[in-house]
Amino acid sequence: MAKVIGAVVVDKEACKGCSVCVEACPHDVLALHLEVNSKGYHYSYMQNPEACVGCANCGVVCPDTCITVYRAKAS
Amino acid sequence: MDIQDIIKPENLVYQKTKLLTDTPMHYCPGCSHGVVHKILAELIDEMGLQDKSIGVAPVGCAVFAYNYIDIDWQEAAHGRAPAVATGISRVNPDAFVFTYQGDGDLASIGAAEIMHACNRGENILVIFINNGIYGMTGGQMAPTTLEGMVTATTPNGRNVELNGYPMRITNLIAQLPGTSYVTRQSVHTAGGVRKCKKAVKKAIQNVLDKKGTSFVEVVSTCNSGWKLSPVASNKWMEENMIPYYPLGDMKDSVKGEHSEN
Ligand SMILES: Cc1ncc(C[n+]2csc(CCOP(=O)(O)OP(=O)(O)O)c2C)c(N)n1
Ligand code: SF4
Ligand code: SF4
Ligand code: SF4
Ligand SMILES: [Mg+2]
Repeated sequence: MAKVIGAVVVDKEACKGCSVCVEACPHDVLALHLEVNSKGYHYSYMQNPEACVGCANCGVVCPDTCITVYRAKAS
Repeated sequence: MDIQDIIKPENLVYQKTKLLTDTPMHYCPGCSHGVVHKILAELIDEMGLQDKSIGVAPVGCAVFAYNYIDIDWQEAAHGRAPAVATGISRVNPDAFVFTYQGDGDLASIGAAEIMHACNRGENILVIFINNGIYGMTGGQMAPTTLEGMVTATTPNGRNVELNGYPMRITNLIAQLPGTSYVTRQSVHTAGGVRKCKKAVKKAIQNVLDKKGTSFVEVVSTCNSGWKLSPVASNKWMEENMIPYYPLGDMKDSVKGEHSEN
């Protein structure tokens, strides 16, 4: 069975730390970082990258469109 | 597989549309306005309408919408977007003209303008952001504020004896023969955003096909006004707003036909 694997890139500086993407991820990939960006927001990052399937739910719900999503067939 | 092997152009499945400008949105973290802007920008791009689109921005938090989507815009006085859009659409009958309005703008000060524009069946799309509050001015009661809901002007909760009932203005609009497509959507989940995008796409197509007014309400959050976190606001909306403002299509017909409801 072909399995898919995903990865996301968060635009750290654009992120406002709202956590809506964290909530929307069905695989608990994302979390807010302990560090903050230059505006003082705890930005979203892949805390658990192996679990990402590239479904793009996080990107779709982000009000500031900070997330780019990639998906590939697992080799 | 290494993450760097996944992050390659050929594996790209989702990115920011080029119609959204690089100007950071002034909205509070987690505000629904940003998601609805994104839906519009993506559709205008995907449908090849950048040069044909003219938006009319409201007074309310979305007053700066023209900074974020790279199309032609006009700013209207508070509540008057449907009147301004009427003029623009009548002199540019082939343009895709839309208004983008909050619940204070549309259902309070602009209640007359929206009713009459929809009754005339102006060939426009109306995007109606119902967050149950006046977000921009500091969270005062709107016509859509729920019974018992605390706002800056209803510190003990909305009292219907004193303040009247929360207005389902979209249901009234669905009664008007000038409207062709009237629907209520939300953007608080990925599934909701995808559904809302489909509805807006259909509404845009109606305008291109000159079917009269299409009206898309988006039940939204104003986490600053509601004094909740963005995630808690989405939950509160699901539990309180959506039961009173149920999602789904209210009317899907052609101009001149009366609605079922
Ligand atoms: C003629 C006039 N009256 C009142 C105001 C003050 N005012 C600015 S925005 C607003 C309400 C905005 O609420 P809404 O339309 O719900 O937009 P939101 O900020 O919630 O998106 C009001 C009353 C104004 N700018 N102009
Ligand atoms: S793409 Fe899907 S699985 Fe991956 S982080 Fe986003 S929501 Fe989670
Ligand atoms: S939804 Fe967007 S802005 Fe909010 S935390 Fe996630 S990446 Fe940041
Ligand atoms: S005040 Fe409310 S509507 Fe306005 S940007 Fe903030 S959360 Fe959004
Ligand atoms: Mg409002």
